[in-house]
Amino acid sequence: MSAVLAAAQIRQRVHWSDRVGHLAMAALALALAALLAGPLLTILAQSVEGRKGEFVGLKNFVAYFGTPALLDSLWNSVWTSLVATAVVVPAAFAYAYALTRSCMPWKGAFRTVTLTPLLAPSLLAAISFIFWFGNQGVLKGWMQALGIAQIYGAPGIILAQIFSVFPHALMILITALSLADARLYEAADSLGTSRKRKFFTITLPGAKYGLASAAMVTFTLVITDFGIPKVIGGNFNVLATDVFKLVIGQQDFPRGAVVALFLLAPALLTFGVDRIVQRKQTSMLTTRAVPYAPKPSRGYDIAMTAYCVVVTLLMLAVLGMAIFASFVKFWPYDVSFSLRHYVYGIVDGGVDVAFVNSLTLAAWTALAGTALVFAGAYLMEKTRGADWLRPALQLLALLPMAVPGLVLGLGYIFFFNAPHNPLNFLYHTMAILVLCTVVHFYTTGHLTAVTALKALDAEFESVSASLKVPFWKTFWRVTLPICTPALVDISRYFFINAMTTISAVVFLYSPETKLASIAILNFDEAGEIGAAAAMAVLIAAASLAACIVYLGIGWLIDRRTQAWRAPK
Amino acid sequence: MSSPQGEPYLRLEGIGKNFGTFTALRDIRLEVPKGEFVCFLGPSGCGKTTLLRIIAGLEVQSAGTIHQGQRDISALPPAQRDYGIVFQSYALFPNLSIFDNVAYGLVNRRAGRDAIRARVGELLKLVGLSGSPAKYPSQLSGGEQQRIALARALATSPGLLLLDEPLSALDAIVRVHLRQEIRSLQQRLGVTTIMVTHDQEEALSMADRIVVMNHGVIDQIGTPMQVYREPATPFVADFVGKVNMLAGTVESAGRIRVGSYSFACASCGGSPGRSARAYLRPEDIVARPIEAGDPNVIDATIDKIEFLGSYCLVRVMASGLEGQPLTVYLSLNYLSEMGLERGSPMKLRILAERMRVFDA
Repeated sequence: MSAVLAAAQIRQRVHWSDRVGHLAMAALALALAALLAGPLLTILAQSVEGRKGEFVGLKNFVAYFGTPALLDSLWNSVWTSLVATAVVVPAAFAYAYALTRSCMPWKGAFRTVTLTPLLAPSLLAAISFIFWFGNQGVLKGWMQALGIAQIYGAPGIILAQIFSVFPHALMILITALSLADARLYEAADSLGTSRKRKFFTITLPGAKYGLASAAMVTFTLVITDFGIPKVIGGNFNVLATDVFKLVIGQQDFPRGAVVALFLLAPALLTFGVDRIVQRKQTSMLTTRAVPYAPKPSRGYDIAMTAYCVVVTLLMLAVLGMAIFASFVKFWPYDVSFSLRHYVYGIVDGGVDVAFVNSLTLAAWTALAGTALVFAGAYLMEKTRGADWLRPALQLLALLPMAVPGLVLGLGYIFFFNAPHNPLNFLYHTMAILVLCTVVHFYTTGHLTAVTALKALDAEFESVSASLKVPFWKTFWRVTLPICTPALVDISRYFFINAMTTISAVVFLYSPETKLASIAILNFDEAGEIGAAAAMAVLIAAASLAACIVYLGIGWLIDRRTQAWRAPK
Repeated sequence: MSSPQGEPYLRLEGIGKNFGTFTALRDIRLEVPKGEFVCFLGPSGCGKTTLLRIIAGLEVQSAGTIHQGQRDISALPPAQRDYGIVFQSYALFPNLSIFDNVAYGLVNRRAGRDAIRARVGELLKLVGLSGSPAKYPSQLSGGEQQRIALARALATSPGLLLLDEPLSALDAIVRVHLRQEIRSLQQRLGVTTIMVTHDQEEALSMADRIVVMNHGVIDQIGTPMQVYREPATPFVADFVGKVNMLAGTVESAGRIRVGSYSFACASCGGSPGRSARAYLRPEDIVARPIEAGDPNVIDATIDKIEFLGSYCLVRVMASGLEGQPLTVYLSLNYLSEMGLERGSPMKLRILAERMRVFDA
């Protein structure tokens, strides 16, 4: 009897307004499946197919390992990434340590300067290093005195990567080091602990997850980056350039797919480790922790300031050289000021269209991406029912972080270029660039939205249901207005990344939808490195302008919502 | 337990709830007549909030049915049930003014603008906050926010009002004040109300009936006086109010022996020789009046005096109780009048008819 009763599960009837939510969620899942899962699965399928589409098992992989040139690329990729990581992580840690644990002056300025590389495509650094150390570089002689014959190849790749990845590692480490509990240090002080011992027993263990995460992220960014080795790699082959050559140059899709899978592997690993790290890090700091406040200490603060000045000057040297070179008449013979690269190179060359295309892409990505990401996060966090759909949606929202742009772009060609795909009409359009970029940067936006939504009272939706107000009204009247600061953040993130991205879109643009970041590559290939620098500077300037606009929007929104945020 | 006569407004039958292998609620049966104020009382984790959320449709029960006003609402989503709810956090919409918060459920009913304005004014007056409809929640005190949440929940005149620990986020003085206000408001409106609380004082002072819960089952349903005076289980005796526990043995039906004393008590059953436990409230041990020949008088020595203001909690050791201490309330006046202090001997009379005896 009781067994019969227990078997009769009670299922609540679904209200029609909840059904609307379920439908929207299903639509989102379908969209992400088509735009993410589809392309990725196509790569997997390609890697086990022959050139005519027949199934060949692991033959492509076997062939890969039988090709010495490709194996060299694998090794090159790994060791340059390891070297760059070994330099960036300690350097960024020291910098983050100075910013969070010392009383040095000008912290804001230091921070701003070191984060600016984020505003430009990564290959800006490569271009700059060519001007410093290239065939006609200013300091070529110094470099050769050190025993490095030329910058093209491993030295250039490593240097440029260090510069462009530094801000990524720095952000992670600043977060890790700001999560310090002052009470631990006070307890150590009361026990008479030496400075060194405090560092090794409290600081370092406290930041270990951040360090692990920074190292993994750095390694992945370097090994999957395409722009830098393309510009400054010379004859030094790496996986990322191999993919491009195999797919675009030789049209060898199966082997391109195999190489793409090699790039996907470290990224997936990083992603997994990072998820675990994040979980551990947040649980380390209890709500009762007292934030750490550094105390002035003359000698130490001066040393920290000196270090940051050196790093910042190096950063400025790289950034400054690109800007300087873009305004030079004829490098290196006539360095007088000229707008030649901007006027003749970009505008008269008809490449200003690419810049407008980039702005269009960034605007659409910022708009569509923010809407999609926020609506998706809301549906996942705040609606009731359809619980079977949620884990899949969760995975699809987090997965993009684990997929390098190059792999995603490749998947898009394979998937959308297939003649029998009904979505084939998207190929070579601006729409596919927008969709690809939205998916590429989906996860960070999603996590920002989820954090903002989790900060809201979990019972808003319950109250609304008891008052018989459908969820979308509450979304519109309450949730959305409260979350506007997060929306601005997400939108800015999309905009800047759409401006600077290369890796995914390099496979997808058409002559009509060429982008500014890709124009840099084309200029470089044509030997017009001055124009390449000018384009990179334009992109950075546009990103900067966007940042300022977003700052203004944020300020306006703050002012409008102050009435209810700040109690009087 | 049976409810007062008449068709109940809310009827729960055999409600059970499992989270995986954990049983949060087991076979909950309850009938609530219209207009009654019922408190779910119990320690944290006893399932009281889960039960409230099941009534609201925010959780789905694993078994059992719920009827509200003749209607089977067991499988209805929250939006199709008829209740207003106030959460511990109040869940006021921070970006909406007081007026808009209270009007939130009214706007959706397509009532006219003037009708809404009138209704909100009426509600704000009802909760005693007609002054500041344009303010935002963050500009109000905790107690005021609580009243706004109440006004919002009552705006659509629901048949059932659900309160989930509505007072626990407030400081002690506001809490005591609001208790009576909520109670009188509820009585004026005659709305059937269920409140979840872990505060026994709150439950005793507000409820028509208390449902005492422990480990997912109902231990007792009764009026505050019943729950206090005639606890149905040792848990209820222990959880509601202060209590002395004396271990003893059943002598015969209606008599229990504790140490060298034998007490007559109505609630004492079972076969002679069985070990049992007698529960006795501190106020059921009195220092006066005691006259010569009174039964159940014991000789005791004061062991500890805990000063609580106008009265003191006094722990005494009585000879013949096998070292089991007793706690009694003695007024400050009495203590000083008699010159009693730690170590003083005194006589106490046990009101054995108030004793509740359970099997050990």
